[in-house]
Amino acid sequence: MSRVKEFNLPDLGEGLTEGEILSWLVKVGDTIELNQPIVEVETAKAAVEIPAKWAGRVQSIFHAEGSTVEVGTPIIAIDTDPTAGPLETPAPTGDVAKASSAAGEAAKAAADSGQSGDAASGGRTPVLVGYGPRTTAAKRRPRKGVAPAAPAQPAPVPAQPAAAPARPAPAPVPSGPSNTGNGHSGPAGGARVLAKPPVRKLAKDLGVDLSTLTGSGPLGSISREDVRQAASGTPATAEPLAAALVGGTAANVGVHREQRIPVKGVRKLTAENMSRSAFTAPHVTEFLTVDMTRAMKALDRLRQRREWRDVRVSPLLLVAKAVLLAVRRHPMVNSTWAGEEIVVKDYVNLGIAAATERGLIVPNVKDAGRLTLRELADSLTDLVQTAKAGKTSPGDMSGGTLTITNVGVFGVDTGTPILPPGESAILAFGAVRKMPWVHKGKVRPRQVTTLGLSFDHRIIDGELGSRFLRDIGDFLADPEAALLAWT
Amino acid sequence: MAKGDPGVSTRGRRAVPRSRKGATGDPELVQLLTPEGERIESVTGPDGTEYRVDFTDEEYRSFYRDLVLVRKLDAEATALQRQGELGLWASLLGQEAAQVGSGRALRTQDMAFPTYREHGVLYCRGIDPIMPLGLFRGVDQGGWDPNEFKFNMYTIVIGAQTLHATGYAMGINMDGKTGTDEGEAVIAYFGDGATSQGDVNESFVWASVFNAPMVFFCQNNQYAISEPLERQTRIPLYRRAAGFGFPGVRVDGNDVLASYAVTRHALDNARHGQGPSLIEAYTYRMGAHTTSDDPTRYRIASEVEAWQAKDPIARMKAFLVKQKIADDDFFAEVDEQAKRESVHLRERVLEMPNPEPSSMFDHVYPNGSPLVDQQRAQFKQYLESFEGSAH
Repeated sequence: MSRVKEFNLPDLGEGLTEGEILSWLVKVGDTIELNQPIVEVETAKAAVEIPAKWAGRVQSIFHAEGSTVEVGTPIIAIDTDPTAGPLETPAPTGDVAKASSAAGEAAKAAADSGQSGDAASGGRTPVLVGYGPRTTAAKRRPRKGVAPAAPAQPAPVPAQPAAAPARPAPAPVPSGPSNTGNGHSGPAGGARVLAKPPVRKLAKDLGVDLSTLTGSGPLGSISREDVRQAASGTPATAEPLAAALVGGTAANVGVHREQRIPVKGVRKLTAENMSRSAFTAPHVTEFLTVDMTRAMKALDRLRQRREWRDVRVSPLLLVAKAVLLAVRRHPMVNSTWAGEEIVVKDYVNLGIAAATERGLIVPNVKDAGRLTLRELADSLTDLVQTAKAGKTSPGDMSGGTLTITNVGVFGVDTGTPILPPGESAILAFGAVRKMPWVHKGKVRPRQVTTLGLSFDHRIIDGELGSRFLRDIGDFLADPEAALLAWT
Repeated sequence: MAKGDPGVSTRGRRAVPRSRKGATGDPELVQLLTPEGERIESVTGPDGTEYRVDFTDEEYRSFYRDLVLVRKLDAEATALQRQGELGLWASLLGQEAAQVGSGRALRTQDMAFPTYREHGVLYCRGIDPIMPLGLFRGVDQGGWDPNEFKFNMYTIVIGAQTLHATGYAMGINMDGKTGTDEGEAVIAYFGDGATSQGDVNESFVWASVFNAPMVFFCQNNQYAISEPLERQTRIPLYRRAAGFGFPGVRVDGNDVLASYAVTRHALDNARHGQGPSLIEAYTYRMGAHTTSDDPTRYRIASEVEAWQAKDPIARMKAFLVKQKIADDDFFAEVDEQAKRESVHLRERVLEMPNPEPSSMFDHVYPNGSPLVDQQRAQFKQYLESFEGSAH
């Protein structure tokens, strides 16, 4: 066995297919001990440290922090006997890295082409332990003494070359016999087309005739992707399009002027949540413009109080308080649509959308309804600082019941926010501006803001949503009176 | 054990010399060694039983050695999982004292029914720690002979083993093997989450009404995966026993001496025909539920830190140092042994052979079956139809 050993990313938790390198705890040239933590990897289940499998010296590191690596791909090479002198092939580490990552790429390519349609379309591939799902095309050992022409025998390996566009452009009617003559017969042979039942259902729904397709899956079976492509009429490759463009105005449409950003981490999660919510919960948004001058003055007075001297007091605090009081008056807005039933919560985990370097995150203040104003102020400060420092834990982000998004900090007036999944209302708090406003019969410069409330119309009718928004507005217009009236 | 019955005395002593609050401020917690390493001479349990232990220096040192070894071997298994050599591992980190204390309280003739986390009990039964690793590596089904070791197979189904244990204990009664010092007793391990299972409650009922010679040993590590204790119970778990008609006691599960004393007393009661009892070992799972779990998603760091201060090994070490029972050479030697044994364990795991495919037919019936023989033959023929090696 070679002195330099490569360590492959293992399946860290029962059935995972990939992990993201969060941080390397060692660097090339470091001497490491057995079981010394070398890298922190985040999977769909957990962020974990991986201990070194061998003692020795770090020879190369194949993937930078932030990259997503498939299970089974080498991530680090360790020289297990660094005292034994220079390596036999003293390749510069860069080359080693390149070669190995090329190997990784190859494995990845094989994975992309070899896996079933379900896996390719983002489904979960079942796997028991070890190194995750098989990343190469299924390959059987040949049977002894069986005539290759035996009719019952399917072709041993999918015959299509994986790289070539095996999927036909919207099909010219297939000419059966012109199919390859290796017994992998096309539809004309009268043989049944290979496709899983859900794929057949999909084809039926989309009006695609399976017998006109050539499958790209194992044994020439037709995948979901094949059906979708046939339905959308998209050719599998971009070549015709590119060719069309080259002639004319193609000069500016080069690949080199596009940036490709892998979708992962917070971005991926945000995208999934937003699409899920946008397409499952029917949103309605209402707006209310409020004169916050009194409230802003109240904040000033609050800041001057001795016991509040060191507390960060912002208009967001008042908005949070307004929301919490309004929820108490209209508990139904603090609920979840759970299919058969509506879950109305007696506690408010108040989410605050925060822009961070890693993207948008929505940590929440747990049981915010029970906090005093002072506790609420401290919690908000704490929550924002933790978020900015990138230290928000998943627990802080889960279980939110109602959210405020403070778009005002970006200088805009309002918005139509999308509900976080599982929540029924979200309030956009716009910028507070000095605006002309009719005050006591005269136009005065007043501090005005616009609130935007989106709510789930399955649970919250226009009346309830309006009353809730109105109450928030009433509080912000005159907090003292609202407190006296409601509490 | 060096002596036949190392000094647990539970009856006939003067009452309540020092009654003190335990680590959690709970007056009902039996504790003989504080988190600071102070020995408490004796403690009176909720039913008036007085618990005390009297060990030789050598025995105190051996408790420490077991705790360290059990933790180290467990850490090695966790590392092996992270390196892709085990499919899964359920770490016992933080629960060493509850396991070593109760495990060493078993007598040779006693039978243990573990969950999948009782690596420490397994070790104290004198079983090679490699045994469960084949299961977690996926090269065998964890099929050791329970009778050989008096240690049942790891049970993955939550709480199911309490029923098996109860049945076994009822069998002991039917065999008339109770009533003397040589009587047999059974210990069933389970966790706080399992107390919500029907199986466990049914076991309580059966064990109670049939006066089964057994001890229900609940390691309350505060979480059923992510579900906290307050979602399992409104009263301390040990008090549930009263409703079923047998005694219950809560012991500091991070105190190896108290865990030993309480378990030994309960087992001896059982073997003398006095029926079942429930022990709630109050402890904390310092690590993840299993390697597939991320505890930072459901519990806060300050809670973990608070329990860190109650570490079972640190307090034992503090005690040994304060009482001058052990010196630096001893601690270094124990660490060295732990390292050696963990490396040895690793090497043996990596060398575990892949099982023969036909071995899956081997233990279907104890004495074989013609039908299974036929299937084995067919399978063999099928494998041989391929070119190259068997698998």
